Amino acid sequence: MTRLGEVIHRDLRLALRQGSDSVMVVTFFVLTVILFPFGIGPEANILERVSPGVLWVTALLASMLSLDRLFQADYEDGSLELLALTPTALEILVIGKVAAHWLTTGLPLMVAAPILAVLLHMNGDGFLALLVTMLLGTPTLSLIGAMGAALVLGARRGGVLLSLLVLPLYIPVLIFGVGAIDSAVQGLEFHAQLLLLGGILLAALVLAPLAAAAALRQALE
Amino acid sequence: MTNPSPLPTFAGEKLVCVRGERIVFTGLDFQISSGRALLLLGPNGSGKSSLLRVMAGLLKPAGGRLVWGEAAVAEDREAHAARIHYVGHHDAIKPVLSVEENLRFWARLHDPLTGDRVALAALQRFGLSRLAGVPGKMLSAGQKRRLNLARLLAAPAAVWLLDEPTVALDRASVKVLEGVLAEHRANGGMVVLSTHADVDLPGAEELHLDRFAASPDSQMGVWG
Repeated sequence: MTRLGEVIHRDLRLALRQGSDSVMVVTFFVLTVILFPFGIGPEANILERVSPGVLWVTALLASMLSLDRLFQADYEDGSLELLALTPTALEILVIGKVAAHWLTTGLPLMVAAPILAVLLHMNGDGFLALLVTMLLGTPTLSLIGAMGAALVLGARRGGVLLSLLVLPLYIPVLIFGVGAIDSAVQGLEFHAQLLLLGGILLAALVLAPLAAAAALRQALE
Repeated sequence: MTNPSPLPTFAGEKLVCVRGERIVFTGLDFQISSGRALLLLGPNGSGKSSLLRVMAGLLKPAGGRLVWGEAAVAEDREAHAARIHYVGHHDAIKPVLSVEENLRFWARLHDPLTGDRVALAALQRFGLSRLAGVPGKMLSAGQKRRLNLARLLAAPAAVWLLDEPTVALDRASVKVLEGVLAEHRANGGMVVLSTHADVDLPGAEELHLDRFAASPDSQMGVWG
């Protein structure tokens, strides 16, 4: 457990000093969402209708941007070998790296989302659902992404391959995330979607570190 | 190492290593006991690095097994990881972290109870105390290597697996490393080292890897 903390601590410190990833992800998110009113036109009712989908699809794409660096830097400078030789299960360390990734990308996305929702004229009833679905959904994106990032390690043009691997797996999160916000906007119950998102998160929390660690060991051979 | 009780023997039995579709070595046995050193010799591509990676547990041998005393190493990876230090070709140094932060991270990861004093003493031993606050990107190749070697002292481990540790080191640093290796062995530790340079390892056994290269016939036997 202390080792998990050490990994999170180190990755946060690295992200803070290098600084580029979080800023890039949030900037991409904001800029892309701002493009929609220009493309679709400023009619409030149309923007309101598409706002949950736009926010979630853009968040998916934004969170994917930083994935290819998740293990790549450690792989290139030999850190990954030493991480694999730590007297702790590699799976635990993967969880640490994913947690740091979420804190530096998922969390900023979650903070930016309500502000952008205002821009898209989202109904006030949808805000709570937006925040909760982001809270449950973005960690899943980081977890699934880690699996993909580990698989493409060492491959040429890994970034493109990564998006092909990961995007299909993001679809359930997208469906239930948008579904919950839609229900909330229409004044309906949205517990069911939240429970499903939570279930997906729990499943990913167990399976993704296992798969990612196996892929990392393979990459190191 | 403060623990005076003798360590079990670390051994490999009939190890086979396959890279790509080529058999790098086959039928390799080695044995190393407390306080001993094993020097891996052989031309480029004879499998020195592969053998060290097999010993570390990074590479699964295609055949044979590693044993620690009586127990097979493969049964408990984490226990094995706790008793080895592996120094490979890469120095695993983050450019934006300072020398001290880099070392402390690896030391704590290996042994969460590592004190700051031990890490600082390790830096001092390798002549890096003056650079403790300098970010990794400012280091020269030799300084990076010394920082990587400082890990050996910052957290204790019984078996040191060193893959050409003297690359980029100046003569004075090689002397320091020889001193550190001698102390480690005097305390009962084990050293496995591959090198093309001259490293003074008194009484080290030599393992010539080219003797375990697969003959063309046996290659046909497996792949033909």
